[in-house]
Amino acid sequence: EQEKGLGALEGVGFRVGQGLSERLTKETPSFKDELDVLKFLCKDLWVTVFKKQVDNLRTNHQGTYMLQDDHFLLLSQLSNGKQYLEEAPKFLAFTCGLVKGALSNLGFDSTVTAEVLVMPCSKFQVVIQKS
Amino acid sequence: YLPFISPSASMHLMSSELFTLTYGALVTQLCKDYENDEDVNKQLDKMGYNIGVRLIEDFLARSNVGRCHDFRETADVIAKVAFKMYLGITPSITNWSPAGDEFSLILENNPLVDFVELPDNHSSLIYSNLLCGVLRGALEMVQMAVDVKFVQDTLKGDGVTEIRMKFVRRIEDNLPAGEE
Repeated sequence: EQEKGLGALEGVGFRVGQGLSERLTKETPSFKDELDVLKFLCKDLWVTVFKKQVDNLRTNHQGTYMLQDDHFLLLSQLSNGKQYLEEAPKFLAFTCGLVKGALSNLGFDSTVTAEVLVMPCSKFQVVIQKS
Repeated sequence: YLPFISPSASMHLMSSELFTLTYGALVTQLCKDYENDEDVNKQLDKMGYNIGVRLIEDFLARSNVGRCHDFRETADVIAKVAFKMYLGITPSITNWSPAGDEFSLILENNPLVDFVELPDNHSSLIYSNLLCGVLRGALEMVQMAVDVKFVQDTLKGDGVTEIRMKFVRRIEDNLPAGEE
């Protein structure tokens, strides 16, 4: 039941990500490489949706990226302790879909997972699928 | 093409697109989850209700409006303060019933439906039905039971979007036994 709900949330996020990345990149020239696209996600997309940029972007330069948001907007209203840690995935599912959808619109297939170790910091792992 | 606007203003405009996109994605998902438009309409109303019962607190805190003395005042506050605050539009109030218990809100534009088209196979879908639930839930928290429904919709080809609101009854507080 929870699985289905999270899947639905991710689906909603996906559609929003597609639409948003389309609108946001209308006027900009095309990206020069994969890293450039990820930077766009961390800056323009994140600011539009979460009112701030991603705090840390790491990559292994082989298609895997880690986006870290130290004060993730969707978790900021929840207590910083451990009591809501279990509920955090519900708030992350939409965002995973958002990132996937944005990447999809820009021509990249990906898997996106998220984790919260310490509230309200969230980490999103993006793995770009090799075509 | 947009004229130059300050960074904070453009952030606000972006947020409105995000809002419209998210609402659209939500409705799309509901259409997938439920087989028919009627069920989607009900779900939207229910979700709206759940939002409304909480939104009223945010509204009262931010708007500082006092208690309304009658339904006419309520209508004014809804159209001129609440709609402006949350959707950035000010619907006009028309078609008062002789008894003063029913009126219409006319929305010339509805931010929820920017860039939206209803596909042919969803002719019974009340796309913005969430709004009806929000109004119903919010007013219930201030002791008013109301009926809210769309009677015209630009999405369906009507010239304007019209929401009809009817006052049903006052909700009395349930006092615990033994108190005046």
